[in-house]
Amino acid sequence: MNPVADSIRDRNMTEEGRSSKGAGKRILMCGNEALAESAILAGCDAYFGYPITPQNEIPAYMSRRMPEEGRVFVQTESELAAINMVFGASATGKRAMTSSSSPGISLMQEGISYLAGAELPAVVVNVMRGGPGLGNIAPSQADYFQATRGGGHGDYRTIVLGPSGVQEMVDCMPLAFDLADQYRMTVMVLADGILGQMMEPVVLEKKPGRELPPKDWALTGAKGRKQNIVRSLWLPEGALEKLNNKMLDRYKEIEQNEVLCEKYEIDDADIVLVAYGFSARIVRSAVGRAREEGIKAGWIRPITLWPFPTEQISKAADEFRIFLVVEMSNGQMVEDVRLAVNGKSPVLFHGRPGGGIPTVDEILNKIRQLTLKPKT
Amino acid sequence: MAGKIIINTERCKGCGLCVVVCPKNVIVVSEKSNSIGYFPARVSSDECTGCGSCAIICPDAIIEVFRDDSGEVEIVIEPGEEGGQKVIEENK
Amino acid sequence: MKTVFKRTSTLKDCKTHYCPGCGHGIAHRLVAEIIDELDIRDRTIGIAPVGCAVLAYDYFDIDMVEVAHGRPPAVATGMKRTNPDKIIFSYQGDGDLASIGAAEILHAGHRGEQITVVFINNAVYGMTGGQMAPTTMLEQVTATTPKGRSAAEQGYPLQVSELLATLPGTVYIERCALSNVANVRKTKKAIKHAFELQLEGVEGMSLVEVLSPCPTYWRMSPAKAMEWIETNMMKVFPLGRLKG
Repeated sequence: MNPVADSIRDRNMTEEGRSSKGAGKRILMCGNEALAESAILAGCDAYFGYPITPQNEIPAYMSRRMPEEGRVFVQTESELAAINMVFGASATGKRAMTSSSSPGISLMQEGISYLAGAELPAVVVNVMRGGPGLGNIAPSQADYFQATRGGGHGDYRTIVLGPSGVQEMVDCMPLAFDLADQYRMTVMVLADGILGQMMEPVVLEKKPGRELPPKDWALTGAKGRKQNIVRSLWLPEGALEKLNNKMLDRYKEIEQNEVLCEKYEIDDADIVLVAYGFSARIVRSAVGRAREEGIKAGWIRPITLWPFPTEQISKAADEFRIFLVVEMSNGQMVEDVRLAVNGKSPVLFHGRPGGGIPTVDEILNKIRQLTLKPKT
Repeated sequence: MAGKIIINTERCKGCGLCVVVCPKNVIVVSEKSNSIGYFPARVSSDECTGCGSCAIICPDAIIEVFRDDSGEVEIVIEPGEEGGQKVIEENK
Repeated sequence: MKTVFKRTSTLKDCKTHYCPGCGHGIAHRLVAEIIDELDIRDRTIGIAPVGCAVLAYDYFDIDMVEVAHGRPPAVATGMKRTNPDKIIFSYQGDGDLASIGAAEILHAGHRGEQITVVFINNAVYGMTGGQMAPTTMLEQVTATTPKGRSAAEQGYPLQVSELLATLPGTVYIERCALSNVANVRKTKKAIKHAFELQLEGVEGMSLVEVLSPCPTYWRMSPAKAMEWIETNMMKVFPLGRLKG
């Protein structure tokens, strides 16, 4: 455990006091634990999870902290059970989350589809590892398709957040819970093995969240009201189509209002790199060095992977420039970049699959090659 | 008769379980179907004791049972052999 | 005249999609009566299975949730742990509970979740057309055992109650049947006891296994199906209180 994190927690304090004592204090924490503490500050009522590397620190941390806060922790019998416990708690109006890594997230796809169809809020954290299959325990970004394209059956979307540092892992959690509650859907935090393990200074504080609609659909016992039903089966003619169209309208609203991305030195760039998560940090370093060498490079970092910053990338492609997408995979987000660029500029890819991690030099060499600027 | 039942014949699916469990053989299957096409149960005699067995076995809960509570006859239901039942009428 | 029997209010007054003579109708009524007798409608949340009873929320006038096949015990865990004051029950068939949901019921029982499980065992998969269930009996002909179930090929029928009774986390396990009026009364007593244990805050999981007729896929009349429970099913699935 993290003795430094312990020091900001006075066991006899109220949650308010605890968070105000911690507010503004920078402490060193590893990604997984910082994410977990942030979820607690964001009001997570229940955590259900199953051990899988490289996110075991999350259930371990939660097993200690959740009971301290009078909240619920269950180590489940499987990831299948975990997502369904989230379903249950969420159906009663509670803030529930689970975490896992790639193979476990595969097991949760059924549950995620059911959460979507039942319009239930949920937060799912995927600390990606090498795949497919059992793969390895190295970091990876090869679950982008699974996260953004569904993974489970049916026409649905999942909001996907791609943090690229430990502070962002922290900032993701209150945002994830708010988005989940506001839009009644699953929000996935797509981290990777390195982000989960690395330690960085973070500031943990309880911030005021969004104004959220009341959960009058929740199952709380039908006292003085009609029964509430949480379901995803709609047999009568047209009923399921109606639900799907309602969901589509919601998704359109999200695409309008919730895109988050970061840009750097695009305006005069000859080459624009696009990367998210840990890859974005490598890209940031490579672009910094490229600029030092006089290469006009820039980067765009999507933070929401769905909704994807299509407009921002499309705008950047209005002027002819090279797009280089960097991922720890064999190319998944690159397809969304291609769609956004829509043929206006060439989109190239550099990736390392199966747990490989690109180096700054590798990327820098690629930048030099593509801008025909040999090393001086 | 000490008892009376009212069967909602439009909702009856004609499963016939009430016919089998009635200790007084008061219920029979109609020869006329209801509007959905099932042949519903109907009362065929006035021997009903209001024991409620039909209602207990009815999978559709469409039988209402009434009993004469004048106090002259007390109806006692006891589990019989092999899970059946005995209806005993005791004069008070 | 005094009313001896009338439909209870938690059982909605509507037509059900169940086949004539289906045990679900009886079981639903018993659960509804228990909810009304214990006056817990305001705080009860039910979990419908995937199976013939998937639309149970159209028949029970309480807050209900419909979940993925086999997952009710996990969903119930999520609900009860975050809402200890609510009465949580799952209503499951033999496919939902004993096949795809085998891990979930085992672990909910193993952890001793304070939930009530009503397990409807009709030895067949009704909703999907009468295929073999884990509780299908030897030599029973089903859509996927056209020659009858054979121990060598498909294994023996699964005795869920006996299995769960071995877990320290289960507090009450009883097997009943809907085969005649006396048994229906006993079934109600058992299910009521299972709800009362949760109401009293007794630790551990309660499960009542209910042998129920499926006239359609047993290819029998409703009356014959009830008989078959007594002559065939009870031999493999003996009635009685296995625990608690």
